[in-house]
Amino acid sequence: MRKMIGMAVSAAAIALAGSAYAADIKVGLSSEPTAMDPHYHNVGPNNMLSNAVFDKLVAQDAAQNKVPGLAESWKQLAPNVWEFKLRKGVKWHDGSPFTAEDVKFTMSRAGNVPKSPSSFKLFTGILTEVEVVDDHTVRMKTKDAFPLMPEYMSVLIVVSKKHGENATTDDYNSGKAMVGTGPYKFVEWVKGDRIVYTKNPDYWGPKPEWDKVTVKPVSDNAARVAALLAGDVDIVDFPAPSDLPMLKKNPKISLAQTQSTRLIYLHYDTNRDKSPFIFDNAGKPLEKNPLKDLRVRQAMSLAINRKAIAERVMDGLAVPSGQLMPPNVLGAIPDRKPDPYDPAKAKKLLADAGYPDGFKITIHGPNNRYINDEKVTQAIAQALTRVGIKTDVVTMPSGPFFSKGTALEFSLLLVGWNSGTGEPSDPLRALVSTYDKATGTGATNRGRYSNPALDQMVADSLKAPNREEWVRLSQGATAIAMNDLGIIPLYFQVNVWAMRKGLDYVARADEYTQIQDIRSKK
Amino acid sequence: MTPPLDIATVAIVDEPLPPPQTPFRRFVSDFMESPLAVASLIVFSITVLIAVFAPWLSPQNPYDLMQLDIMNGKVPPGTEDIEGVMVFWLGTDDQGRDLLSGIFYGLRISLFVGVASAFISLLIGGAAGLFSAYMGGRWDVFLMRIVDLQLSFPAILIALILLAVLGQGIDKVIIALVVTQWAYYARTVRGSALVERGKEYIEAAHCLALGTRRIIFYHLLPNCLPPLIVIVTMRVAYAVMLEATLSFLGIGLPITEPSLGLLIANGFEYMLSGYYWISFFPGVALLITIVSINLVGDHLRDILNPRLQR
Amino acid sequence: MTVFLIRRFSQSLAVLLVMSLLVFVGVYAIGDPVELLVSAEADQFERARVIADLGLDKPLWEQYGYFLLQSFKGDLGTSFVFNQPALLLILERMPATLEIAFAAVILSIVIGIPLGMIAGLRPHAWYSRTIMSVSILGFSLPTFWVGLMMIMVFAVILGWLPASGRGDTVDLFGVPVSFLTWDGLTHLLLPAVNLALFKVSLVIRLTRAGMRENMLMDYVKFAYAKGLSHARVIFVHVLKNILVPVVTVVGLELGNVIAFAVVTESIFAWPGMGKLLIDSIYRLDRPIVVAYLLITVVMFIVINFIVDVLYSVLDPRVRLESKS
Repeated sequence: MRKMIGMAVSAAAIALAGSAYAADIKVGLSSEPTAMDPHYHNVGPNNMLSNAVFDKLVAQDAAQNKVPGLAESWKQLAPNVWEFKLRKGVKWHDGSPFTAEDVKFTMSRAGNVPKSPSSFKLFTGILTEVEVVDDHTVRMKTKDAFPLMPEYMSVLIVVSKKHGENATTDDYNSGKAMVGTGPYKFVEWVKGDRIVYTKNPDYWGPKPEWDKVTVKPVSDNAARVAALLAGDVDIVDFPAPSDLPMLKKNPKISLAQTQSTRLIYLHYDTNRDKSPFIFDNAGKPLEKNPLKDLRVRQAMSLAINRKAIAERVMDGLAVPSGQLMPPNVLGAIPDRKPDPYDPAKAKKLLADAGYPDGFKITIHGPNNRYINDEKVTQAIAQALTRVGIKTDVVTMPSGPFFSKGTALEFSLLLVGWNSGTGEPSDPLRALVSTYDKATGTGATNRGRYSNPALDQMVADSLKAPNREEWVRLSQGATAIAMNDLGIIPLYFQVNVWAMRKGLDYVARADEYTQIQDIRSKK
Repeated sequence: MTPPLDIATVAIVDEPLPPPQTPFRRFVSDFMESPLAVASLIVFSITVLIAVFAPWLSPQNPYDLMQLDIMNGKVPPGTEDIEGVMVFWLGTDDQGRDLLSGIFYGLRISLFVGVASAFISLLIGGAAGLFSAYMGGRWDVFLMRIVDLQLSFPAILIALILLAVLGQGIDKVIIALVVTQWAYYARTVRGSALVERGKEYIEAAHCLALGTRRIIFYHLLPNCLPPLIVIVTMRVAYAVMLEATLSFLGIGLPITEPSLGLLIANGFEYMLSGYYWISFFPGVALLITIVSINLVGDHLRDILNPRLQR
Repeated sequence: MTVFLIRRFSQSLAVLLVMSLLVFVGVYAIGDPVELLVSAEADQFERARVIADLGLDKPLWEQYGYFLLQSFKGDLGTSFVFNQPALLLILERMPATLEIAFAAVILSIVIGIPLGMIAGLRPHAWYSRTIMSVSILGFSLPTFWVGLMMIMVFAVILGWLPASGRGDTVDLFGVPVSFLTWDGLTHLLLPAVNLALFKVSLVIRLTRAGMRENMLMDYVKFAYAKGLSHARVIFVHVLKNILVPVVTVVGLELGNVIAFAVVTESIFAWPGMGKLLIDSIYRLDRPIVVAYLLITVVMFIVINFIVDVLYSVLDPRVRLESKS
């Protein structure tokens, strides 16, 4: 009975009633998965909830470090062979034992779900053979040397062969095939309303705490925080940055936050001679694309006060960035600093490049994709305008935004990147490598930045015989992209969870809300 | 197919309005009878004046990015800006935009969108309605079929799809509003024109062998005006509101040139955090505007309805 | 009657055809759904595979032709995002939307008619003027703004009602409904009131107008002359006469209520089909958008048809008027 309990008049003094001491918990999430099938759609909301019911060979801890999951250990036997030793005594929810055959089956299913809107082929496609050595040993073989097998295995959900063979996506959605090894068992999914889980008391890892977990999608930021304050849910992801000061002051609420691996960056047309949204000061299209000049790109980067954006626009929920991945991530450059704010130097660089009076440009941004995306886009325009690059702002929902961006209809755009594997190989390959249909690289390179030296390094890094060599090549390629300013890195988002006091959640860099990690405070 | 009704048209359908049987002066004195209506008219006139003269009244041009500084963002009402040049009487939003100026300019955009869309709908819908009523027969059936088709579809859905396709911009919002609204005018004008058509003065005009266009525009139209006046006022209010709703849903106007609705939508997420002014003051401005238009329209309908003459 | 029915049917079919084509092309023009579906990590080959799988590699006319062909078989396409039949996805969500729509309509009648009658009986009394002025607020306030304010006040500050979601449901004839459980009812209240606000004002105004006009009519004078009590004249004779147009308009408005539920559902995270539509427009999930609009048009046609028939049955004047 939450009725009539508190007649509190200020938002700070809300009575957080509800099922505070029952062993049930309600989770309010900003997004809903598109299916329960763990291999249907490679997107965050699906992947994170699959982690409650299923396990992976390699798990990712809160900082995206790779830790043992269903595999207890792994080693690289040869440059192109990785061996995984599986955990013994693990049982599926129906009581049958987990074996290497399940792993082999998973590798054949994960990339081949019919009509998948985004499959895991990227991760299973490199495997030439999955060899079952014994019930608890598998060897993953690739054609060339491959250094990143643990990373790839840390995104692939292992499903039961018995229940997964011939199972369709619908069979998973209905619960028929939702038999995992994970800490929670699947109960039901009422689309748009809730997903319900119960405890798996026989879990091999840390014992799950809640008898029943209900996940509710509440996409509106204000409504989600309101639901938390009203006691409808116990924990929410992504509270709006603007609500943080209020939540911090609230004695009934605690917060968890950490730096994300999601980079927000500016992408721009550095390839074409005439770009659709670049004009001279009179409004006529410029014959020469100023963005091809490194000095102009440097000026743009120096014109942006990343710290002010982080503090004022993002309410502290951003960490200024000078590269693709946070410096502490394996493969990133540990000591690279973000570009400073230096409008005087920016103006000088512009003048040196032949634009003493600047030029006109339009920045495009999404308005429903990243935290405060619309506001940041405006702030960037403000910053550029103040050094002489008169900038118009156009924002739109992510649907038209991304399709127009990929169709190269913009000159300057604000985009974000999140790495599922928690290392820089994805952005290096898909974002800053040359757009090439033959090799499949540069699929997200919406500015068509291209540097052959970088391409070579990236290609070599993915065939590196060992991890050390891979790190060296990744750092080298990152340095090239950043020195060229192929993109302008702005900041990493900070992920925040807000929960009622008495709960504990270790904030994750990958934005995932993993229900098994929500605990009551000891 | 019977189309759905809405507030503005219900008034008309439910209380068909023949032309005023009293001269203009009677109309004015009738209007003056209600102090609330007079007050609303005054308030509305002030908002219009503010909207028209916004560039001269505002301490800042909120659409000029050169004048904004995020370091001034989210300061409470009455704060001086960091360079000490001006005072933000109503505070600033997250971009450091002076809210007083933002409201003045926002009012300008909201009213412009409302009035322009109403005016264009009136032109298109009114012409269609007059034509339909005057021609009768197949033309009438055909045009009214289109009107019914259009009205049978919820305005917000049409606008939603249309704006998703067209993209952002004041012109596009106006197009979307016209597409969703012209049919109301067409039906209203046709309704009252049909009543007028049967009257003797039109017959007389025919007898004088006056041209079709002349009869329609010089004789039929002026006599259809009273219900139109009412519907225009209420439709303007509705258009302003619809625009605010569309902006709230993330389609509609560009973020750098916010209307009142967009200011509210942007500021709303700050409500819980204590930055109440970002959303509150534009909300009050929007409310005052819409309510004053509606109160005027409401009273106009009362005094223009002869069935309720005392 | 048969001729009327056939004409109605063929007209409706034409409307559906035009509508589907417009929406099909419209959503196609908004953008490429693959951009939102495929994860950013994907390479070119994966993109090409998805485009082919969804049938988006074919020219638009071929996609539309295929859609038409399938829709005659009752298949309105398969969602790009969920890989489930669009029709099924919408029907799954429909009960939730219908529930708040009906709740809103009932609320607007229950609140609107008494207030409208009061305002119509004594049009110049202070309380009548107050009712009328407040009813102006009802259609002056944007729905989204009121909804958010209601969450702030009733859920966050007062903590009386839940802020979002649908609450517990029970099956009634196989359809999940929430108004039969206490938890469900508390969840239903705020969104229903939010959605009803606009309609309450409408009903108040209609009732008041009907009241004012009817009170001046001869039959009322006649009833009083006959010596009937004030209450009997009002609640039996006048009410009967004003109810017909009010109920008709409210019935016709049902479609609009369902459409406006889009806004309310987004704010209250109500798992209805309006929320699905908004999400699908953002995700460019064309099959769902097209199917939703077709279903709404069909619903409109059916509602209008029923109202037309009922109206002519209930009110003999309608037929008389249409003859003259």
